[in-house]
Amino acid sequence: MYAQLVETGVKRLKTLEEMSEQERAFQEKIDAEIKIEPKNWMPDAYRQTLIRQISQHAHSEIVGMLPEGNWVTRAPSLKRKLQLMAKIQDEAGHGLYLYSAMETLGADRDEEVAKLHSGKAKYSSIFNYPTLNWADMGAVGWLVDGAAIVNQVVLQRTSYGPYSRAMIRICKEESFHQRQGYEILLTMMRHGTQAQKDMVQDAINRLWWPALMMFGPSDEHSPNSAQSMAWKIKRQSNDELRQRFIDQTVPQLELLGCTAPDPELKWNAERGHYDFGAIQWEEFYEVLKGNGPCNQERLATRRKAIEDGAWVRAAAVAHARKKHNKNAA
Amino acid sequence: MSEWTLFEVFVRSKHGLNHKHVGSVHAADAVMAIEHARELYTRRNEGVSLWVVPSALITASSPDEKDPLFDPAEDKVYRHASFYELPAEVGHM
Repeated sequence: MYAQLVETGVKRLKTLEEMSEQERAFQEKIDAEIKIEPKNWMPDAYRQTLIRQISQHAHSEIVGMLPEGNWVTRAPSLKRKLQLMAKIQDEAGHGLYLYSAMETLGADRDEEVAKLHSGKAKYSSIFNYPTLNWADMGAVGWLVDGAAIVNQVVLQRTSYGPYSRAMIRICKEESFHQRQGYEILLTMMRHGTQAQKDMVQDAINRLWWPALMMFGPSDEHSPNSAQSMAWKIKRQSNDELRQRFIDQTVPQLELLGCTAPDPELKWNAERGHYDFGAIQWEEFYEVLKGNGPCNQERLATRRKAIEDGAWVRAAAVAHARKKHNKNAA
Repeated sequence: MSEWTLFEVFVRSKHGLNHKHVGSVHAADAVMAIEHARELYTRRNEGVSLWVVPSALITASSPDEKDPLFDPAEDKVYRHASFYELPAEVGHM
C-alpha cells in the first residue's frame, strides 16, 4: 500500500527447529505479541525488511505532498486553501515520524533519501498519477487517504515498537484528511453546477483503480508476504485489506450519487462482500518500474527541493556555529 | 542534513504532568530543534511545554541488562503496602 512489494530477501520460512537459539527466542517474542525495540537483537533480514518498508512508507508521505501541492495556489476559497495546507503539512510530519522510526534501525536518513532520488527506492504507485481538477483533491483525501487508513490501522499492531508508535500517531491525524476530502466531493455534488458534478465523477473514474492497486498485488503474487506476516511486520493480506476498503467505500460512493468505473462491482449477499472486476496489474508494475504518468516529474521535483535547499541547511549550521562560538567567548 | 544534530523531543501535555518522550527531530541547534518539534509534535494542542536533548547525550540501559537491573526488585514484596496485613478495625491506612 504505502509500502508495496517490500523484499524480505527470504525464500522460505524457517521452522522453529531450523532457527538458531537467538532467532527462536526472537520469533517466540513475536508470536507472544511482545514488541521488538531498537536495542533488542533481531535477525538482519528483519532489520533490512523494516528499513525498506518504513523508508518506502516515509517516501510515500513525502512524495504524496506533491499531487496536492499542485492545488494550493488554485484552491477555490481561502478556507479550502488553509485545509489543504494543513493536510500537506501533516503529510510532511508523517514522513518525518517514519524517517525517525527508520533511523532507530541504524539506517541513515540522507542515504535512504538519496536512494529515493536515484530511483532505487520505491514509493507508493498512487502518487505517480496527476491531479487534474479540483475534485481530485476531494477524491485523493477520500480514496487515497481512506485506503491508507485501512492499511495503517492494521499496522498499529506491527511488531516493531517505533513503527507501531508512529502508526498510532499517524492514524489519529489521518481521519481529518479523509473527512475533508469527502466533504469537498459532497459539497460539489450537492451544491455544484453540472460541470462541477462531472468533475467529481471524472476524478473518481481516474483514481478508483489506482486506489485499489495501493494495497499491492493479489495474495498469490505477493512473494514476500509469508515472511512479513510471520514476523508480524504485516498483519493482514493485501486482498483482505483491499476487500475491506471496497466494502466500506461503496456505500459512501452511493451517498455521493456517483459510480465506480467497474461494471462488475456489486454486492454479493452470499459472501457478505462486494464483488469487483479484475485489476489491470500490468499498469501497476509499469508504474512501479517508473513508467507511470508522473514518475519523472515527482522525482525531479524532490531532487530540486533538496538541491535548492542546500544553502539553507548550510547557512543554518554556520549560524548555529557562530552563535555557539559567541556564547563560548 | 548530515551536519545537523539528532535531538530527542519531550512534550508536557498539560500543566502538572511530566514531560513525555514523543520522538526526535534533526536540527542545526537546540533553538531550531524546539521550532521543529513544535511543528512536528504539537500541531493540535498536544502540549504546553517542550524539551529537546541531543540524542547522543542520553545513556540508556541495555535490554540485556534487564535481569540484573530489575530482577532484584521482584523478591522484595515487603516494599509494597499490600504486604502488610492489618486488622479491619484499623480502617483505611
